[in-house]
This record gives sequence, C-alpha cells and structure tokens, in this order.
Amino acid sequence: MRFTLNGSAVDVAAHPMKRLLDVLRQECGLTGTKEGCGEGECGACTVLIDGAPVCSCLVPFAQADGATVVTIEGLGGTHPLQQCFMDEVGAQCGICTPGMILAAAVLPAGASLEEIRIGLAGNLCRCTGYSAIYRAVQAAQSRRT
Amino acid sequence: MTQSVGKSVSRKDGIGKATGATKYADDVVLPGMLHGRTIRSTIPRGTVKSIRFDFDTTGFTIVDHRDIPGTNVVALIRDDQPYLVETEVQHVAEPILLLAHADRDVLFAAKVVIEYETLEPVYDPLASAVSFKEISIEKGGVVASLAGAEIVVEGEYRTGHQEHVYIETNGVYAVPEEDGSITVHGSMQCPFYALKALKGLMGPATPVRVVQTETGGGFGGKEEYPSMIAGHAALLAMKSGRPVKIIYDRVEDMVATTKRHPSIVRHRTGLTRAGQLIAMDVEVIIDGGAYATLSEVVLSRGSIHAAGPYRCAHTHIRARAMKTNTPPNGAFRGFGAPQTEFAMEVHMDRIAEQLGMCPVALREMNALVPGDTTATGQTLRRDASALECLREAVARTDFIRKREAYRGTSKGIGLALFYHGAGFTGAGEERLRSRARLDLTGRGVRILVASTEIGQGTRTMHAQIVSDAMGIPYEDVEVAMPDTAVSADSGPTVASRTCMVVGRILERCAQEMKARLAGRTPAEYLDTVGPLSVILEHVPPPWINWDDDTYQGDAYPTYAWGCDVVELELDPDTYEARPTHVTAVQEFGRPIHPALAQGQIEGGTVQGLGFALLERVVMRDGAMANPTLTNYTIPTTLDTPAMDIVMLENHYEGGPFGAKGLGELPIDGPAPAVVNAIRHIGLDLRSIPAIPETLLTCASL
Ligand code: FES
Ligand code: FES
Repeated sequence: MRFTLNGSAVDVAAHPMKRLLDVLRQECGLTGTKEGCGEGECGACTVLIDGAPVCSCLVPFAQADGATVVTIEGLGGTHPLQQCFMDEVGAQCGICTPGMILAAAVLPAGASLEEIRIGLAGNLCRCTGYSAIYRAVQAAQSRRT
Repeated sequence: MTQSVGKSVSRKDGIGKATGATKYADDVVLPGMLHGRTIRSTIPRGTVKSIRFDFDTTGFTIVDHRDIPGTNVVALIRDDQPYLVETEVQHVAEPILLLAHADRDVLFAAKVVIEYETLEPVYDPLASAVSFKEISIEKGGVVASLAGAEIVVEGEYRTGHQEHVYIETNGVYAVPEEDGSITVHGSMQCPFYALKALKGLMGPATPVRVVQTETGGGFGGKEEYPSMIAGHAALLAMKSGRPVKIIYDRVEDMVATTKRHPSIVRHRTGLTRAGQLIAMDVEVIIDGGAYATLSEVVLSRGSIHAAGPYRCAHTHIRARAMKTNTPPNGAFRGFGAPQTEFAMEVHMDRIAEQLGMCPVALREMNALVPGDTTATGQTLRRDASALECLREAVARTDFIRKREAYRGTSKGIGLALFYHGAGFTGAGEERLRSRARLDLTGRGVRILVASTEIGQGTRTMHAQIVSDAMGIPYEDVEVAMPDTAVSADSGPTVASRTCMVVGRILERCAQEMKARLAGRTPAEYLDTVGPLSVILEHVPPPWINWDDDTYQGDAYPTYAWGCDVVELELDPDTYEARPTHVTAVQEFGRPIHPALAQGQIEGGTVQGLGFALLERVVMRDGAMANPTLTNYTIPTTLDTPAMDIVMLENHYEGGPFGAKGLGELPIDGPAPAVVNAIRHIGLDLRSIPAIPETLLTCASL
C-alpha cells in the first residue's frame, strides 16, 4: 500500500484488514501511537489521516491507501504543543499524550476553552483530570501567535 | 543554593512522552520474542475436570501448574493465591494455563476446552462465612454513651467496585538471560513486590531480576497485580527459552485484574442536641473477592479513617473483609479510606439535617484540631488543618449563601471534609526499613531507588529534594529506572509515601553526600578519592507509638487534610447529575513541585467524580459484565467541570522540606461532596455510583 507517512512517500506491505494501529506500530516501527482500548473509546491511538484525527484502532489498513498519515513522530519534536505538554504537566504518565497532542494539533488557532474541551472529548486521560492539558494547549496557542 | 524545591521545574521525563519516543512495555520487541496468553476459568467456583487442546500445538509453549519450579503462590501477605489453578477454581478469570507463540493471531485463535465440576458460588459479602481479616478499634465506652445520647442517627452507605482504567493496560516481558537467570521488565508500581513473588515461584535455581518499564498509570492497579503477570511471563520464558511478552487487552485487564473493594458501612452516632459528637459505632464490611491479596491492609486503612476527621470520645469501629467468589479486589488510590470517608461524610449531612443544623456548623463544632485524639487514640500534632481547609472552602465558594439560594432548584451544593494518613500504617514503615541510594556521578549524583515514576512525578520531585539538600543544580541530579539489581529497596510506590518517606531518606542521603564531598566537586572527588555511594535507611519519627493488636496509637506519622465543595445540576428529565464546579482545598505539608501537586489534586478529584457519578462495574455471575471503555465510562473532558484548586501549607517536620504525602488524599472527598450536593437538591441517596437509574429510584426528602 502506498501512502504518505509523516511527510515521506512509503510503500508498506500488510494485510488490508489489519488495523492501521498495528501496521504503524509493527510494520512501520512507530510505537508513539498507543493502544488503550482497541474500540475507539480512548483516543490513545489517534493519528491524522488527511488532516483529520481518527482512532487508528478502528481503521483498516486499506483506508490508508493514497492517504496522508501523520503520527506523533511526524510532529518532529519541536511542535509547540510538545514542549507545552511537558512544561504545563499536561503529561503525567504520558500514555494518552501522543493522541492528545494530535487531537489538539488540529484545533483552530485561538480555540476557546469550550472548543478545546469539545475537541478533546474523544481522548481519555486518567491522570490529569484534563485541566493541565487545557493549560498546555492554551500555552501552545499563545506561543504560536 | 539552587532552590528548586517549591518551584515547578521541568519534569525529569524529558520530551519523550510528548514525542512518542518513550518506550512502554508493549513498545519493546526483542529478537525471537514470543507472545504470551493466559487461559482463564469461566466459572466462579468449582474444580477443573479436564483440559483439552482443540488446536495444533506445534510451535506453542504451554505451561500449567506442574511447570512451576518453586511454589505455586503469589507471595504477598497471606500467600493463598496460586499463580495457576491446580484443581480448585475460586473466581471467574482465574489463570489456569499459559500459552506462548511467535504469531499473535495464531496464539489467540488457539482453543482450549476446559470441563469443570461446579460448586455454589458466594457473591454477597454479607452472606459469606469466610473473612480474611477482622479489626476492632475501640475508644471509651460506646454502648453506654449511645444509650445516654440525646440524639442517635443511624445509616447504611454503600460504594461499588471501581476499575482503575490506567490507559496503559497491564503488560510485561520476561527475558531468559545467558546465565540462566530471568529478567522481567514491566509496567508496575512495586518492583520488589514482584521480585519477592518471582523468587518464590521460580525457586532458588533460577535467579530473577525485575526492571520497571515506563508505566502508563497505576493508581494502585499496578501495585500487586503485576506480580501475577510477571510470574506468568517468567514461566513461559523459562520453558520456551525465549523472551515472552504478555500484554492484556482492555477486556482482559478489566475482567481479570483488581478493582476497588465494594463497601457497606453502617453508622450509629450519638450526639447532643447542640450537635456535639458523643459516640460513634461504625461497622465496615468490604468485599475482598476470592483471595486475601491486600484486603487486610485495605481494611486497616479504611477502618482507621472510618470515624472521619472528627473528635469523639467514644468510638467503636468494627471492620471485616469478606471472601466472595469474584476476582480479588485490591489496591486503589485511597486504599479503603475513600469508602469509609464517603459513609462518614454523607452521614454527617444526614445528622445535620436531623438536628436542623448547617452542615458547616456541625463540622466546625466537631472537626479534629491539634491536641485532639483520633479514633485510635493518636494525639494530633501541630500540623492538623481540618478547620483551615473547611473555612477556606466555605469562604471561597460562598457556600452558605449558595446553600440558601439553590434551595428548591435543580442545583445543589455539597461539601466533604476529609483527611488521609501518609505512609504505611502503624509500625509498617518500621518493619519495611526502606533504603535509598545515591551514587556520585561526574556531574552530580544519581538516585537509585525502587520508587517508581507512574506519572505522578517521582523522578522530578526526588531530584528536587536531592538537589536542594546537596546544594547542586537540579539538572545535575539523574534518576535511574528502578531495577532490583541495583536500586535500593525503598519499598513499594503506594500509600502516599514516595515523597514523605522516601523523599526524606533521599534528603538525608544528599546531606551525607554533601558532607563527604567536603567542598570538593563530584568530579574532583571521583578523581582523587574514587566512586562514592551513600545508602541510608528510613528512620521513623521517634514519637510513633503503635500497637498492632489493639489498634491503638499513632496510626500515621501525619495526615493530609482536605475539604471539597461540589456544585452540580440535576437534569429533571434524564436524572443525570452533572457537576458544574468543584473546589478542592487541600493541605499536605509543603508542595515540593506545585504544578505536579496540582496535577495530583486535579487528577484524583476527577477520579473521585467518576467514582461518584459514572463508574459502575456490573457484576454478573461473578464476572464484570461491562469490561470495555464503551460500557464502563470514566470522565471525559465533557464530564469534567472547572476546578478551583487551593493548596494550603502546614509543614510536617518529619518530611523532606516539610512535605507530607499527597497522592491519595484528593480521591477521598469528591464522592461524598457529590452525594451531599444531590441531597441538597432533595434526593435521599446513600450509595454510589449515582447513575440516573439509581437517582430515579431515590426517595425525595
Ligand atoms: S485504542 Fe483506539 S481508541 Fe482506544
Ligand atoms: S497522562 Fe496518564 S492517561 Fe493521560
């Protein structure tokens, strides 16, 4: 299957019904995408497909054909959200963090607190109670502007 | 002086958690690694009659109890739980067989048919004839005082199971080493617990070592259970001679691993007409599940906290942990105290109601202050802050006015006053004799303790303490991953002890290290003298006096205190109670890292809201019937209200830089505050979770 992964054209051989989550972790060696539930509830496996956040545990690999896929590794390490999540303690145990950051990365610039809450409603965090995550997202927004 | 304590310095975790570079157990793949799978019982009670393999076993490693080289028991306290069923089954999802295979799909397609002879299970702790532990805490003469009381208020309160839902499920991998030893790496809170259990399991011929991997949340759920899964992986690795990884999926994690103990607490309380507590008779029953595991210590902490943060001359607390044929319940943040403090605080609002008193005035009159004695006869020292927390919470929230203003509307406001003992109970810390180790490095020092980072910030907070105690920059303190081969056994990462107890040993190690350096830089010392390690042991405060037989004395060296206020709205059509605002005022000595501390309070508070409102484990035929995140819901962003967090300081002289323990305190308050707010709306609720179905059937006040 040919698709664009984190900015590079790739050709990956895997069963078309294999979960994209497993293809990314196993075939592509990108373990930043996490599995928390395997049923689309926790958002730990969030990746961006053609710019939209999706749960990669629900996506068969076939759907990646020709698409543009971005995983947490695709943000490099310099995205403002990444530093702000660490600075604001938006990451405690860190297992939800990659998915949370990708979900936050597509929020419109200047999103209100309410928009942030709604935008992150599909991503569970059991550690932080979310408040520090909001602080991280808001800090990243002000850093970007 | 670098002064990092009290500042929100950057976390020691680095950027890896935000870039995806940090490796958790499931992210590690080793050459030749097999996947492991656990075959579990499908009945709650009975005996195994036959086992048949309905698949081609080529390429499989199969382990049953006969493959165990040592003892078939998960060594913990009571040593009653087997690693693998021999014949008797005590609960659904009990491990019977282990399989390993290189191909995960082939592994999970394998079908094992097990035939059983069934026995009648016991699910109701009140109907159970077997108790794991009974505790009686007596002060004064409760019977006579109750008989003479002007007012007596009675009530029964119940809490359900709660599932931890760490987002990273349980997982480990075991590696057979060339020297014949086995190393188990895994997601866990207590590497030395796992080591102890593994030593018994593997016997003297197979040395074992345990290394923590980055851990995606624990909350108590990775306190004792990892000893089980670590043993399973070790057995498969030993038999196959290959590395074996076992990662539970969410369903298996929910069905098979521990939960918070369900509780039934009954109060009979005698008071004067003016509201002074005269006598408290408290009965606590917790459902231990099928094996003892940690139930007796959960019961201990629960019963010690059962009389709440109140002064009462005559108290009798009788507590028991009962056996049922359900998967063992275990450690969960708060360790019994959230259950018993829930009962006490809901009971207090019912008392206030019967006396026609304001719930704040009732608490102000009875709250423990320095010099008072607790139910175990412990005299509180200077650092007791119940009243300060209560007054701050009431003032900030405009509680009294809102109580009036909301009357007759669908809005409610409720509060809860609570406390939490830090460190192991009674003589626990003295028995444990924890140690911490500090090694000199070219730049500074390296911390080597068994205390695990599970998100709460252990690495960062320990490094801050060491940096300030030594007077070296925070950046020059490294923190090693816990590894039983090199780390000092600083005890388990539980009981709100990692900062207060282990942090204090590290503070002393750092002072000792500084004295040994005597003005030389670490590099100079290494060049001229050589390597240097400092290992010190915990010294319990000299005033601790505890009698395990009578449950009298200083149950904890100190307590953290809190008052939560919850505001919520009840939807008149759906009967859904939605919190709109939470205020949490908490005193825990001194925050070493304010942002981390705030994260503990926010996270613990939201877990407490979930416990109160959403999280319902449906048990059917002895098994969790809703073992998915679709059907067992934890708070999302949309369920989480705005929070006002207030940290009061009241330094504890026995803690590092005045710190107490914090991890568990925040989960004690939200549930009773929620129920008291629902009561304020007019519903007589005595149990949680307060799901709409329950609220619909509640009597109106
Ligand atoms: S793993 Fe995909 S949503 Fe949880
Ligand atoms: S930081 Fe642990 S689940 Fe979010």
